[in-house]
Amino acid sequence: MTEEIIIAGFGGQGVLSMGKILAYSGVMQDQEVAWFPSYGPEMRGGTANVTVILSDERISSPILHEFDTAIILNQQSMTKFESRVKPGGTLIYDPNGIIHHPSRKDINILKVEGSRLAVEMGNPLTFNMIVLGAFLKAKPVIKLENVKKGLEKSLPERHHKLIPLNLAAIEIGQENLVVVQEV
Amino acid sequence: MGELRLMKGNEVIAEAAIRCGCDGYFGYPITPQSEVMETLMTLRPWEDSGMVVLQAESEIASIHMVYGAAGAGKRVMTSSSSPGISLMAEGISYMAGAELPCVIVNVQRGGPGLGTIQPSQADYNQATKGGGHGDYSLFVLAPASVQEMHDFVVLGFEMAFKYRNPVMILADGVIGQLMEKVELIDQRPRWTNEQIEEISGDWATTGKRSNRQKHVITSLEMDSNTMEQNNLRLQAKYNRMKDEEVRYESIECEDADYIMVAFGSAARICQKTVQIARRKGVKVGLIRPITLFPFPEKIIAEYATKVKGFLSVEFNAGQMVNDIRLAVNGKTQVEYFGRMGGIVPTPDEVELALEQRFNN
Amino acid sequence: MSVLTERINEIIKPENLVYAKSPLLNDDAMHYCPGCSHGVVHRLIAEVIEEMGIQEQTIGVSPVGCAVFAYNYIDIDWAEAAHGRAPAVATGIKRVMPEKYVFSYQGDGDLAAIGTAETLHAINRGENIVMIFINNAIYGMTGGQMAPTTLIGQITATTPNGRNADLNGYPLKITELIAQLPGAAYVTRQSVQTPAAVRKAKKAIRKAFEIQAKKIGTSFVEVVSTCSSGWKLTPVASNKWMEENMFPQYPLGDLKDSGRADADLYRIKG
Repeated sequence: MTEEIIIAGFGGQGVLSMGKILAYSGVMQDQEVAWFPSYGPEMRGGTANVTVILSDERISSPILHEFDTAIILNQQSMTKFESRVKPGGTLIYDPNGIIHHPSRKDINILKVEGSRLAVEMGNPLTFNMIVLGAFLKAKPVIKLENVKKGLEKSLPERHHKLIPLNLAAIEIGQENLVVVQEV
Repeated sequence: MGELRLMKGNEVIAEAAIRCGCDGYFGYPITPQSEVMETLMTLRPWEDSGMVVLQAESEIASIHMVYGAAGAGKRVMTSSSSPGISLMAEGISYMAGAELPCVIVNVQRGGPGLGTIQPSQADYNQATKGGGHGDYSLFVLAPASVQEMHDFVVLGFEMAFKYRNPVMILADGVIGQLMEKVELIDQRPRWTNEQIEEISGDWATTGKRSNRQKHVITSLEMDSNTMEQNNLRLQAKYNRMKDEEVRYESIECEDADYIMVAFGSAARICQKTVQIARRKGVKVGLIRPITLFPFPEKIIAEYATKVKGFLSVEFNAGQMVNDIRLAVNGKTQVEYFGRMGGIVPTPDEVELALEQRFNN
Repeated sequence: MSVLTERINEIIKPENLVYAKSPLLNDDAMHYCPGCSHGVVHRLIAEVIEEMGIQEQTIGVSPVGCAVFAYNYIDIDWAEAAHGRAPAVATGIKRVMPEKYVFSYQGDGDLAAIGTAETLHAINRGENIVMIFINNAIYGMTGGQMAPTTLIGQITATTPNGRNADLNGYPLKITELIAQLPGAAYVTRQSVQTPAAVRKAKKAIRKAFEIQAKKIGTSFVEVVSTCSSGWKLTPVASNKWMEENMFPQYPLGDLKDSGRADADLYRIKG
């Protein structure tokens, strides 16, 4: 199994940390993992994206031209990455702020209203975990117990009290995934 | 099995330095490798292993602090990125001349000048052909994974002391920012004064005792005959490295019609290109030089009579391709593909270049 | 045996000994010109190290400039630094061997032109080292060009009509600058043109080395010096020229003797 994922959105949406939790979860599941962020000034408020690769084998390139799954969290990223989902691959997005919805016919399209649900949960910081939950529902490549271990590993000790909240957010994401198109 | 962690390439440099018993790090912040010093400052090794970590006023000062501390027989290092390495060129030349061991990490970014903070491999020539003034060579290691960022700090110090020569770890922004699983070595103690005496007791400035002559760390020699002998001794040392220390990885070369040559993160991209090309039925292999100096010229020369062509893939305007051409010596076609300015080519882009260069 | 030799042998007796070369100074003939201050300062450093009994614990850092070969004359371990980098080299040595005595020895071009950054920052960090600064207002080794400390009107190979402030700027009083730095423990300006001055300079150098053991910051000893060859004067005339021209611009005496500053003076409020 190899799962090549791009997570793309605004800086501040928790794109990089969501990728990090996913990568840690992969390690907990004894997988090979790679996490490669875009870096530089664009991180400060601009767009941010991170490539996460989970695999049973040695990972070759962390630089990819196409992805099994794209998790898209703003319009710029939709414009940039919709075309780079492999045929038969999966695109998951939060429709909040999206003007041009995905139009490809050869990929699975799913959505999760992460921004709205996070506000409803009373904590906007749960946004990325809701999206992660949606991804895990669509692509159950990591067991939930390993995600929990991944959270423990990636969060500093002083933030461990937030783990139940994060797990609740993941659950909400799983429950609120909407299939738009299946191929 | 050592401790397994998920770490960034830059962070693991710091962790490996502490664990291998490094005595000191002197550096100056520059993107994209500032995490090396930031990690060290957070880990506070001076409280446990006793390793010194100092933020200098410039890269120039950093490398000369390394010069002083290395002269005392200590295991010391610095890290920087391209423009900072240019500033260090003076000190690196002095260290090569004075035959001082140290590890220098270059997490390359695009140039020339201030250039870009995005990844690049445009310092290949600078790293492998000297970079500063005078006839000298560094021992140059090119990591292609976070694990190798870790391993080459350990190996780097080993080589630095084996040959009394500066070692450069030539990484790039991709490997520096990339996070992967890494197995860490267990904490090793720093060398004791007695060990330093045993290892470097015939040259290090540890304080002159009455039972020995004074030790002087210098690259200066006013007598031309003696200076020529000094140069010949250096060249003999570099030739020993060529005989004994060449390291490379070859992937699917046995039946290959075409071989790509790439180092560092470019080699990671080319691994994927090998998969893509082979799915299309094109027999492609990859040679990944691990030591850039000494360069794996023999294996390339061996394949030169077997393959239809070599493609050098580099994030620069074509630097390593010249070393490949020298090794191939006209026996087969040698082509280059690369991107510059901080652009990292994707695996399919390399595959397309392969098709175009060799019309298959 | 001649009468003269007989007379000399009568004088060479232990009870008549008034002065002996420090055993730390070897017998190599120094390359310095007649009248140059370097030889005297070398001797004083050798004597201080000998008298303090710290030969085995001392590492010197020599510069690029006339004193590049300082390592040939004093019998201790040395590192020869690149031009201007001696304070960084000394920092590296001292940081990994804090129990050792480390000193740098630099001229005006090395310390106050090409190495200004290394000089100021080493002292600003309060490195526990001694810095010896030979200021003779000229570049001796390269053939008498302008130094940062060259005086206005002074003729050098690159100021053949005299240093002109419009073109070349002003003599750099780097020791005054250094005395302002919180990391400096002891900053003094000395000379070695008379026996009395030599005795004072030696006391200052000894004090600088003693401060190093206390770990209270950087000690900095400037020695206003002559360069007969560069100034194109006899040794005697050089001393007179120095007293008349250098001393008014570079007045002798201590500039700071209080140890490193209290860091709380510079602390954030919270």
